[in-house]
Amino acid sequence: MDTSELKIPTVVELQAQGIKPDYIFWVGCAGSFDDRAKKITKAFAKILQASKVSFAVLGQEESCSGDPAKRAGNEFLFQMQAMANIEVLNAYETQNIVTACPHCFNTLKNEYPGLGGHYNVIHHTQLLAELFEANKLLVSGGHFKGKKITYHDPCYLSRANNIYEIPREVLSKLDAELVEMKKCKKNGLCCGAGGAQMFKESEKGHKEINVERAEQVKATNADILASSCPFCNIMMNDGLSFQDESNTTEVKDIAELIAEAADL
Amino acid sequence: MSTILSSILFLSLWIIALFVLFKNANKLKKAINQGQGSFDKSNSSVRWTQMLKVAFGQSKMGARPIAALLHLIVYIGFFVVNIELIEILIDGLFGTHRILNQVLGSLYNGFTATLEVFAALVLLAVVIFWLRRNVLRIQRFRLSEMKGWPKLDADFILYFEILLMLLFFGMNTSDMVLQSRGVAHYSEAGFFPVSALFAPLFESMTTSTLIIFERSFWWLHIIGILCFLNYLYYSKHLHIILAFPNTFFAKLGAIGQLNNMQSVTNEVKAFMDPSAAQSTDENTVASFGAKDVTDLSVLQLLNAYSCTECGRCTSVCPAHLTGKKLSPRKIMMDTRDRATALIQDKEQKSNEEKPLLDGYISREELWACTTCNACVEACPILIDPVSIILDMRRYLIMEESSGPSDLNSMMTNMENNGAPWPFSPQDRMNWTKE
Repeated sequence: MDTSELKIPTVVELQAQGIKPDYIFWVGCAGSFDDRAKKITKAFAKILQASKVSFAVLGQEESCSGDPAKRAGNEFLFQMQAMANIEVLNAYETQNIVTACPHCFNTLKNEYPGLGGHYNVIHHTQLLAELFEANKLLVSGGHFKGKKITYHDPCYLSRANNIYEIPREVLSKLDAELVEMKKCKKNGLCCGAGGAQMFKESEKGHKEINVERAEQVKATNADILASSCPFCNIMMNDGLSFQDESNTTEVKDIAELIAEAADL
Repeated sequence: MSTILSSILFLSLWIIALFVLFKNANKLKKAINQGQGSFDKSNSSVRWTQMLKVAFGQSKMGARPIAALLHLIVYIGFFVVNIELIEILIDGLFGTHRILNQVLGSLYNGFTATLEVFAALVLLAVVIFWLRRNVLRIQRFRLSEMKGWPKLDADFILYFEILLMLLFFGMNTSDMVLQSRGVAHYSEAGFFPVSALFAPLFESMTTSTLIIFERSFWWLHIIGILCFLNYLYYSKHLHIILAFPNTFFAKLGAIGQLNNMQSVTNEVKAFMDPSAAQSTDENTVASFGAKDVTDLSVLQLLNAYSCTECGRCTSVCPAHLTGKKLSPRKIMMDTRDRATALIQDKEQKSNEEKPLLDGYISREELWACTTCNACVEACPILIDPVSIILDMRRYLIMEESSGPSDLNSMMTNMENNGAPWPFSPQDRMNWTKE
């Protein structure tokens, strides 16, 4: 992937030109600040541009959705974050939000309405599926021919919001062999990051959760572990390299795989 | 025994059994009502569907096919065999013999045969259940929270069910032999394909001995059923009743959605816009989160009493699978045990200061949860251990400010710069340039 600068409009810039974008791309904190996750953000933004989706980001006006605070038990901080974000989103008369983070997705979709934030919130895999459906996104075969891909269900997309098939449909556009782990879909094992665990040491046990999951990935002999959550991505990368120092299984977000196959 | 005397005895037994049942049901209601708020009855049509599907239709059991099949047999068998209760009730009160024969006529043979087949299947299923617990030693039945009473309780239920089924067959077999001898009162009624196999055991007995056996089986069977009914309150077996209200009142909508605390919303709104603050009653100082069962909701307590301790939740919990202390099943059992202990304390006016937090559930367990909802997904009757864990975390964070220090830095970052990491909002667009 090249390192050329992307021109991504912010909502406020578009507003100055009298334009209201169809989608607000909610980047999320991982997507904005984590070096690995930033690549996912970039890949998805390129897809949006190539597919001529009208979108903008909030930029500095975006703040953490509050998910890790809420799940750590700090309801005050969560609601402070939520209400501040809702004020911004409502000021722009936001209708559609797309995000590449299942945690932001779940919080914005399910927990913001009770606090006055009513939006149509979709996950980036849902938008990718729509773009394929509408023939706005085309991928050339060959990139992943002969490769074995397994998909890790992020808890906050799968069990939390019942989205299992859409990411798999999108992956099926790649000319690769899709294999399932022993524990998948409703039985999928967590990567270990949820519930604010990302930000703390884990409790005493005989193994780390991401290592346990990495063993299940390894058992499939997959070349690529596909995911659709920046936190799962980080955790599984760590888990796989801890589990096997000479690990060759790549962890890629679905957006990155699609961007690659579309030569973006 | 004269008919009138036995009728009176029979009626008294029922009255005593129902009286005790009523008393225990009241205790249970009191225990659950220690919780906050009331049950959500909104969207009742969706709730009825959910209950019919999940509790009545057993829709979530299938994830483990062997257990599901065995459970289904016992479940259907329970309904079918209990139809016989109607007949026992009338026969017992009026001294009749197999009264339904007169109502059902030619169908009665089919009726009794169906009961026999189901009773045999139940017996088989229960024996396999016992083998799974005691011979196959399936791991989820053998975790630390299952030591002592929970293990005894589980086995006791199985022994009880075996005994009830054997008494049922004993009753039918002796009756059948008496019928074949043309003994007065034992008019020919019913077809007993399973009991027929046991008939040779009784055929050598004299008629008077046989009558004593038949009467004993009949009485012990009904006494057994009444005892079992009253054992429920003390047992995980309560799920055979509570699974229905529990699935009815369970949270609707996305599993991932956690409740927003209204008490916090009021305070945050007042903080963000003091002028618009409602002059809420200053005296009602809210306490946040749950330290004890009285801080939990009535639904969370109903959840606790509905739990059958099957351990499907714990067997899929990522924290448990990697050796952490957390077991979602233990969270539910602790909640129930504490709610029961608290009711007893109140009755005996004693005051044992052993709240749910630290007294039963440790902080280490609470902080090990990833909120992945695998336990919620796995529960066949929609119990939600995550909500209890979250409410207790809320207490730890908002009342005691005693979370893990890493989490405190995460939250400080969020307060200061709107992200869980120490990055400036100014850098939010850096990804476009890298």
